[in-house]
Amino acid sequence: MSDGLIELDGVEKVFDVRRRAGLLRRERRQVRAVDGISFTVPRGEMVGYIGPNGAGKSTTIKMLTGILTPSGGRLRVAGIDPSRERTRLARRIGVVFGQRTTLWWDLPLRDSYQLVRRMYRIPDDRYRVNLERCVELLDLRDLLEVPVRQLSLGQRMRGDIAAALLHDPEVLYLDEPTIGLDVVSKAKVREFLRSVNTEQGMTVLLTTHDLTDIEQLCSRVMVIDHGRLMYDGGLAELHAVGESERTLVVDFERELPPVELPGARCERVDGPRQWLVFPAGSSAAPLVAELAARHPVVDLSVREPVIEDVIARMYAESSAVV
Amino acid sequence: MGESRALLEGLRCYGLISAMWIRSTMTYRASFVMTTFGNFAATVLDFVAILLMFSQVDSLGGFSLPEVAFLYGTSSTAFGLADLLMGSMDRLGRRVRDGTLDTLLVRPAPVLAQVAADRFALRRLGRISQGSFVLVWALTHLDGLQWTPLKLLLMPVMLLSGAGIFSAIFVLGGAFQFLASDASEVQNSFTYGGNTLLQYPPTVFAKDLVRGVTFVVPLAFVNWLPALRILGRDDPLGLPGWVDLAGPLVAVACCAVAGLAWRTGLRSYRSTGS
Repeated sequence: MSDGLIELDGVEKVFDVRRRAGLLRRERRQVRAVDGISFTVPRGEMVGYIGPNGAGKSTTIKMLTGILTPSGGRLRVAGIDPSRERTRLARRIGVVFGQRTTLWWDLPLRDSYQLVRRMYRIPDDRYRVNLERCVELLDLRDLLEVPVRQLSLGQRMRGDIAAALLHDPEVLYLDEPTIGLDVVSKAKVREFLRSVNTEQGMTVLLTTHDLTDIEQLCSRVMVIDHGRLMYDGGLAELHAVGESERTLVVDFERELPPVELPGARCERVDGPRQWLVFPAGSSAAPLVAELAARHPVVDLSVREPVIEDVIARMYAESSAVV
Repeated sequence: MGESRALLEGLRCYGLISAMWIRSTMTYRASFVMTTFGNFAATVLDFVAILLMFSQVDSLGGFSLPEVAFLYGTSSTAFGLADLLMGSMDRLGRRVRDGTLDTLLVRPAPVLAQVAADRFALRRLGRISQGSFVLVWALTHLDGLQWTPLKLLLMPVMLLSGAGIFSAIFVLGGAFQFLASDASEVQNSFTYGGNTLLQYPPTVFAKDLVRGVTFVVPLAFVNWLPALRILGRDDPLGLPGWVDLAGPLVAVACCAVAGLAWRTGLRSYRSTGS
């Protein structure tokens, strides 16, 4: 095959859901959580994997880490079939679950790390280097002796990320790594992930609901909904696919009726201020020139499309299709 | 080949995790001493109940106090060992429910070892020491007991096989929690309940119950059958004599069944992720 570190070919996961349909009768229903997904992630790439709740993100991650066995399709991570060789794969991947810690709840961070060192048989020199690097960059020095249960969410997350990297994994999976974190913690985590990716060339796959994560970290984004891949490509192109729009906010000298211009439509009027919407693909310059020629303009600004809106539109469309 | 390597890796991992919990327990020595004593004291009350009974009667089901103490001591010690090694299995259901089992599946170690060694509780030594105190007391008060080399050998074999059988039940209960994640009470009724049952002579129970714990859930092999042999008594079911010595075989068979059940349970979890 190609040089992909992560390879999925028509991967499916079907769950049997039993539901009560009467006093004794039970209805069996099949739910296709992941419905034929194919993609390849080459070594060294940082990919964002996004989708609404229940879209199949976590199920995909669970199959990629060997937790869940796929119902169909072909799946390889570093050449290993995850569900068949779970423990062999475990030595080569790092996993961070935002919602739950992989650390030992009652133990100080340092003890957890020591246990990880022994469990993964990490050579002493590698362990020292990796721990020092994580402690430095993730600001963990004062936390090493603190039991995990006493850490704040942001501290715990940083502790978890360090634990996932001590054994030099080739791939790092992060399932919602910034969920519930404050702005400072988020920034710290992002900065660290960026350095891991660019400096160490680590392959990173992260799921998130915070699209700022994607904007700041990922060159490539995959959108999944109803178990299917809706989009796979660059972040910039996502705007075009999502038919996103830019907004021109204009302050006129006085109140005007909604202006009509070719290639734009007036979305809102508030006193002398008007919001004109136009396609993200076209330039604002002719629009501005046209406006200034027709009416006295005091001030104007262009608002870029918000990625949230773009994604939301995609989700809405895919729901309409189903 | 692959099997034995997995077994070794599991034991190694169990050792690593439990050693770490012991170290962490020992950092709060006073707390450790107190909880161990609490564990000891709580189990002492069990035996006090038996003593109170004997203050009213001379024998229980035809068994004297030292004989009942012998049954009590052997069962408690065997169960205490299993509880120390495998007692954490009843937390599996909660791990399945809250999803933390997934965090064990991404580590390069057998899940069974990780679950069993989790929160390794050294305080459970309290139960073992209480059980062995009673056992030693019983051994020094059993008059007219004829020791033979076979009986001497049977003592440690009985305790270890018993611990093996109880451990298998702990694992079996754990495997069942993959399917019904709130089943830890069912497991407890077989482990803790079984232990209480075995502390009394089989003659005080209905024959059907004795049959059940001989042939269905083979708890009778923990101490009843071998202990009756040591005490020189017949078993109430009138089984052939070699059955008394079958403890180790029964323990191995139980562990094999439990291992299979565990594997099945884990496989079903990994295909449903419930």
